[in-house]
Amino acid sequence: MTNNFILTYLLLIPILGSILILFLKEEQKKFIRWLGLLFSLLAFAASLAAYFMFNSSKAEFQLIHKQLWIKSLNISYHVGIDGISLILVLLTTFITPITLLSTWKSIDKNVKMFTFSMLLLEAGMIGVFISLDLFLFYIFWEAMLIPMYFIIGIWGGERRIYASIKFFLYTMFGSLLMLVAIIWLTVYASNQFGSFTTNLLDLYKIAPFVPKQIQSWMFFAFFLSFAIKVPIFPLHTWLPDAHVEAPTAGSVILAGVLLKMGTYGLVRFCLPLFPQSAVQYAPVISMLAVIGIIYGALVSMVQPDMKKLVAYSSVSHLGFVVLGIFAMNVEALQGAILQMINHGLSTGALFLLVGIIYERTHHREIEYYGGIAKIVPIYSTILMIVSLSSIGLPGLNGFVGEFLILLGSFKSLVLNSWWYTIFAATGVIFAAVYLLWMYQRVVFGFVKNNNLYQELTDVNSRELITLIPILLFIVWIGIYPSTFLNITEESAQSLLKNITVYTYDFLK
Amino acid sequence: MPSNISEYTYLMPFIILGSSIIVSIIIEITSKKSELILPWISIISFFILSLYSLFNIKHHLVLFNGMIEVGGKASIFNFIFNLGALLVTVSSIDYIKKYGTYYGEYYILIQSSVLGMMIMAAASDIIMIFLGLELMSICFYVLAGINRKKLTANEASMKYFLLGAFATGFIVYGIALIYGSANSTNISYIVSNFSSLIKNVIFVTGFILFLIGFSFKIAAVPFHMWVPDVYQGSATTITGLMSTIGKTAAFSVLILALSAVFILNAPNTFRVYFAVLSTLSMLLGSIIAISQNNMKRMLAYSSIAHAGYMSIGLAAGNIESIAGIIFYLAAYSFINLGAFGVISIIEGENDSRTDIDAYAGLNSKNPLLAALMSLFMFALAGIPPLAGFFGKYYVFLGAIEANLTWLAIIGVISSLISVYFYLRVVIYMYFKESTQSILINSSPFSLASVIISGLFVLLFGIAPDLLMNIITTALK
Repeated sequence: MTNNFILTYLLLIPILGSILILFLKEEQKKFIRWLGLLFSLLAFAASLAAYFMFNSSKAEFQLIHKQLWIKSLNISYHVGIDGISLILVLLTTFITPITLLSTWKSIDKNVKMFTFSMLLLEAGMIGVFISLDLFLFYIFWEAMLIPMYFIIGIWGGERRIYASIKFFLYTMFGSLLMLVAIIWLTVYASNQFGSFTTNLLDLYKIAPFVPKQIQSWMFFAFFLSFAIKVPIFPLHTWLPDAHVEAPTAGSVILAGVLLKMGTYGLVRFCLPLFPQSAVQYAPVISMLAVIGIIYGALVSMVQPDMKKLVAYSSVSHLGFVVLGIFAMNVEALQGAILQMINHGLSTGALFLLVGIIYERTHHREIEYYGGIAKIVPIYSTILMIVSLSSIGLPGLNGFVGEFLILLGSFKSLVLNSWWYTIFAATGVIFAAVYLLWMYQRVVFGFVKNNNLYQELTDVNSRELITLIPILLFIVWIGIYPSTFLNITEESAQSLLKNITVYTYDFLK
Repeated sequence: MPSNISEYTYLMPFIILGSSIIVSIIIEITSKKSELILPWISIISFFILSLYSLFNIKHHLVLFNGMIEVGGKASIFNFIFNLGALLVTVSSIDYIKKYGTYYGEYYILIQSSVLGMMIMAAASDIIMIFLGLELMSICFYVLAGINRKKLTANEASMKYFLLGAFATGFIVYGIALIYGSANSTNISYIVSNFSSLIKNVIFVTGFILFLIGFSFKIAAVPFHMWVPDVYQGSATTITGLMSTIGKTAAFSVLILALSAVFILNAPNTFRVYFAVLSTLSMLLGSIIAISQNNMKRMLAYSSIAHAGYMSIGLAAGNIESIAGIIFYLAAYSFINLGAFGVISIIEGENDSRTDIDAYAGLNSKNPLLAALMSLFMFALAGIPPLAGFFGKYYVFLGAIEANLTWLAIIGVISSLISVYFYLRVVIYMYFKESTQSILINSSPFSLASVIISGLFVLLFGIAPDLLMNIITTALK
């Protein structure tokens, strides 16, 4: 098989950019910012190139590049994409330049290190989505923690140290157990094949035959790691802290891409590697997802802090994604993947918008604001559109994803009950409550605080440039989702087909 | 009587180092400028020896009627010893200048201790092991107290000596019992009769005493009491030497002692011993390190924890885990030498600035040093793709292959605990503002040594095969 280098270039572009930045001086702030933006845009261009080279009518992995890396353990540098990875790679490369642009003014301390960390983080995230070797995946998954840790810890808010270490320890806890499971799998593979392997495509063939009880343990180890990252209900407590303390760019990346790594992991590893366990535990996990949907929404409702409100809404939205994944039919899975993108766009945009007024007033409490529609009309309009998209108004992106998930979970054979759907649907209503209520208190009414007249100015052109592309996609996905659903359809179908093969008895 | 004159040519490394020690002593006696000359003599001989051992890995021979082995495993250990000692010597140049306490024997003792280690790694007779061990240990006792006017250094030296002598007592008694039951001190004889000897209670008692003695030397719980005080009190460069290649030497003997298990697949009767030892070391080391504010003390407890990770490999007892232990030892040596190098640069007079507070805001004062220190901390925590991660990976792989998954799980839990205190250093360096206004002296040699360690940490992380291939060739 011939190697295709496009994904490797995609991975190397941000790394190259970060290395170049290392040689610049802190004083050349402007140049560093532009260089960072340039390389993130180049990465976006490379991912677009990958999109055009990708054939979405085929289900298998494409654009593969495989190169033996560690011979003694038979570990390869092995990258490739299917539709699911492609769309998440596109999301990553799309969000990164936007976040870099959004911090143009707000981050003035240590710009060099910030841009360096952002580019490395981007490379790490891309690596997670394109790895086809479990070991390689693990390396990206862990290595990516370091830049995020610095981003929260250096440029974060008051309790940044607490938040950064909590983020690090939580994620590390899950992933270390996953490491044991990965090693166990390679040893199991060596008993089957006669040599170690961490090649995902090979493991797909043998992992489902791991004895049932051990398979449950393996599934649990992988699931825990991803569940912490998503986060699924009882494991979510790191998220509000990390989101609130992180700088705007960090929150956008966290919400936009990092959380998706958890759900991506569920789709890519938990389901196909351990299908029987996945089917067996699907009802329990879906229940946790539904609890998360309602719990996240209820907690959002009472938050006095806008950023915290948006953070908790993530718990709720990702509950939908998890529900969609474990409903295990094409509609729900497609909806879940689309919802990952939607959440990245809408919540990312919400964080950007909160960041924009925070930059001006240094207040995030809802109480501080009121009646800002008169002062900043354009801002208020954009906030309206984004809020509505997050609520799931038909015609905007959120609706399509949530509708597909609810539809799929309703008729899911694995879950085999309507109650999941019924309770999940209330989450949509609650979303309307907390977001519209927040909107009402912040934007409408009398101008509460005379300081606002001096402090607030409407969005400037740089901020518009960061927001307009997101708005464009919010409307695009809402009106014509097929563009995006087509990318993932074949991959989602073949993934589910494989699961059905292994769990046929169970489902019958 | 020399059995064969050509056997002496294979003793080249020992002869080179031995003559370098003698030359150093003569220069120290005759010249007044020995401070300028001695480090370079050590550096040159260490450099030659590390290259020599690297190229002689394939020439595996047993010499002098089974007293000494050269090539193979001995070579890879010699490589680690000499490279480590080289880095220590380079950073010592600045450190000694800073303290203004130069004693001629410093470099000579380092060379002698390395000679002792080389004998330990090359020994194939229990008596040779003992000779090497004593040569190394006695040099360490003196080196620990090399700052003779410092009270803590004297305390460290005294404690180390007393407990070290105590451990040696165990070893000697063990050797006596082994000899009494096996009628030989030759290791290959003992290895080939291991299965029958293991039924003899006297042999087992002797062997366990021997293992306990070396458990002292690798600083494993419950034989770790000396470690924190000695590591904290000794000169920082010497702490680096003891905690890395000193530990490596002790491990080389443990690997040799268990070679019957590794090579002949004899039943690993001592698995429980090592499993308990490693569980205790990992957990206790990691948990106590959390509350340490002194960097050297924190790294002392971390070194206890790392001895625990390595002992997992001894409990697993398969060829993968042996390769894993050696990889881990090499990786750990470079990481720790780098970390102690940074500490020695930051350190002020009279033990000042060895507390974690001194690292606050280091990034704004010296970004390079802060970046290197975080590299070492992340590597110790086992974050991929750095050398420390692969060490753990190989050892855990061996453990899971030997059906010791529970031990690997304890290993990862303890790694998680240890992340907290390693990251604490990073927090101080990057997230906190400096409270003291201190200037960090630019010390070119120390910095060079730290940078070289850092490069190795990165290199073995990105291309672990480079080292792993050498190790697997050596073990064949």
